[in-house]
Amino acid sequence: MSVLVFVEGFNGEIKKSSLEAATYGYQVAQQLGTTATAVAIGEVHEEALAKLGEQGISKVLYDADSRLNQFVADAYVKVIAKAAQQENAKVLVFSNSNIGAAVGSKLAVRLNGSLATNVTTLPKTDGGQFIVTRGVFSGKAFADVNLTSDLKIIAVKKNAFEANHNAGATATIEKLSAELSDADFAAAPKETVMQDSSGGVLLPEAEIVVSGGRGLKGPENWHLVEDLAKALGAATACSKPVSDLDWRPHHEHVGQTGITVSPNLYIAIGISGAIQHLAGVNSSKVIVVINKDPEAPFFKAADYGIVGDAFDVVPKLIEAAKALDK
Amino acid sequence: MKILVCISNVPDTTSKINFSGDNKSFDKNGVQFVINPWDEYALTRAIELKEAKGGNVTVLNVGEADAEPNIRKALAIGADDAIRVNANPKDAFFVAQQIAAIAKQNNYDMILMGKESIDYNGSQVHGMVGEMLGIPAIVPAFKLDMVDDSTARLEREIEGGKEVVEVKLPFVASAQQPMSEPRIPNMRGIMTARTKPLQVVEPVSAEVKADYVGYSKPEKKGGVKMIDAENAGELITLLRNEAKVL
Repeated sequence: MSVLVFVEGFNGEIKKSSLEAATYGYQVAQQLGTTATAVAIGEVHEEALAKLGEQGISKVLYDADSRLNQFVADAYVKVIAKAAQQENAKVLVFSNSNIGAAVGSKLAVRLNGSLATNVTTLPKTDGGQFIVTRGVFSGKAFADVNLTSDLKIIAVKKNAFEANHNAGATATIEKLSAELSDADFAAAPKETVMQDSSGGVLLPEAEIVVSGGRGLKGPENWHLVEDLAKALGAATACSKPVSDLDWRPHHEHVGQTGITVSPNLYIAIGISGAIQHLAGVNSSKVIVVINKDPEAPFFKAADYGIVGDAFDVVPKLIEAAKALDK
Repeated sequence: MKILVCISNVPDTTSKINFSGDNKSFDKNGVQFVINPWDEYALTRAIELKEAKGGNVTVLNVGEADAEPNIRKALAIGADDAIRVNANPKDAFFVAQQIAAIAKQNNYDMILMGKESIDYNGSQVHGMVGEMLGIPAIVPAFKLDMVDDSTARLEREIEGGKEVVEVKLPFVASAQQPMSEPRIPNMRGIMTARTKPLQVVEPVSAEVKADYVGYSKPEKKGGVKMIDAENAGELITLLRNEAKVL
C-alpha cells in the first residue's frame, strides 16, 4: 500500500503545482503510515526527479518514452494506472490542472476509484471515513466529501498547500515502461504550441497575478500591467471584456468562463469586479483593487484598495516594487 | 451528424449560496437556475455544426423535473430534441453512468459538454464518459471543426499552451471559451421549442462514489484597507510587511 503522486513536467523541471501535490501526497502517506511514490512522464531532467525527495517523495517511477513528451491522455492514463497497480496505491494525488482533470477522471473509471477535484484540505480519516474538503460554487462555498471506494483519487487545488523543502533529500529513480501501443496514441496531438507566458510565469501556477480591465483604455497601455508584473515576478491576466475586445488573448482571461486563479496576491487594475470576474479570483489570498470609481463593487471583495487613475497610480507602484530588495 | 450535448441546471452566477440549517444540503430557495454557462458553449457549437453540415442535436440532462424550463431553453436555442434522466444527480460518477447508458443506445458522433459545471466545479464527467465508452475525451477544448465527415480537429488547452488534435468520430469533448458565441433564444425558437420532443427516462442503477456530507462558506474578509493614491507606493510596503505576500 502506498500513496502515488502524478507529477507534471514543464521545461524539464517539475511544475510548482506538482511540488505542492507531492507534499500533499507525502503528508497523506504519513497519516496512513506509508510512503509516497511519484510517477513522472516524458521530458523531465533526472536531477529534477531526484529533488522530489525534498517534498518527501522516496521513489520516482519514470517513463521516459519520447512519445510522451507531449500530453496524450490515454497514454498517460495507461502509465499512471500501471504505476498505481505496481505500487498497490490506495491514494492517487494530482494537481488540479487541465492535465490532472483529463487523466484523473479516466483513471477513476479504469481503476474504480473515488475522485475529488479542487481539494483544499488533507483528508480526515476518523471512523474509517476519508473526507476531504473541496471548493464548490465557483469559490463561494466548500463541500466535505467522503470518498467511499478503496482507491481515493485527489486533485489538489493550486496554491492551497505550500511545497515542503527538505533541502538535500533525494528520491531514488526507477524506470517504468507501460508497453504503450499505437492505439494509446490515437488522439495524440498533431501540434503543441506553447504560449508566450509573461516573464516565464504560467498564469494558473502564479503566486502573484497582475490583471487589467477596460480601465486601461486600450492595448497600447498594457505596458503598465506588464511592467508591474515584471517588477513583482508576476503573471499577467485580464478581464473578459478585455479579451472580448481582443486587447489581450483569451488564455489570459480570468473569471467565470475563463481561467480560475488562486494566487497569494491578485492585483486588479481598472476592473470593476463583476460577479463573473470575482468567481475566477475569489480564492486568492490577498486581493488589491485599483479603480477610479470609488463605488466599484470589487472594493467589497478587496483586502487593499486605491481609488485613483491607473495611469497615475501604477507607475508609483512599479517604482516602489523595483525598490524592493528581492 | 448526431450530436449529444449534456447540460447541467445550475444556480445563476449572481445567486447567493445557502445551505440547510444543518449544513448537509444546498438550499434551492430563492435561487434562479440557468443552463451551465460552459455547457452553452458546447450547445451553440453543436447547433452551428448542425447548421453547416446537417444532422441532429439532442440535449441531455440528468436531473429532476425542475430542470425542464432550461431544457426547453436549449430546445429554443436550436437543439432538436431532449432527454431528461429523471434522477437527483448525486456525484460525477453517477451522472457519467447515466450519460454513458444513453450514449450506448444511440450512436452519437460526438458528445459535448462544458469543461465543468459552475456549481460543483468537478471537471470529471467528460473524462469518465469517454473512458466508459472507450472513446477519446478531448478536454478542455476551445475550438472544434470538422476536417471531413469522419474526422474532427480540436484545439485544447494545456497549462502554458495548446494542443491541436485530430480525432476520428466518435469522441467526447468538453467546451470552454471561445468555442462559440452563446445565443439568446428568439420568439420563433421559443414557440417551436414547445412542440419538440422531451423524453423522460428513468436512471440506470449506478454507484455513488463521492458522498457529499457537509457544506461550509469561506470566512468573511476583514474589510478593505484603503490607501491614498498620492502615496500609492505605500501599498507595496504593506503587501510585504503586513500581508507578507511579497
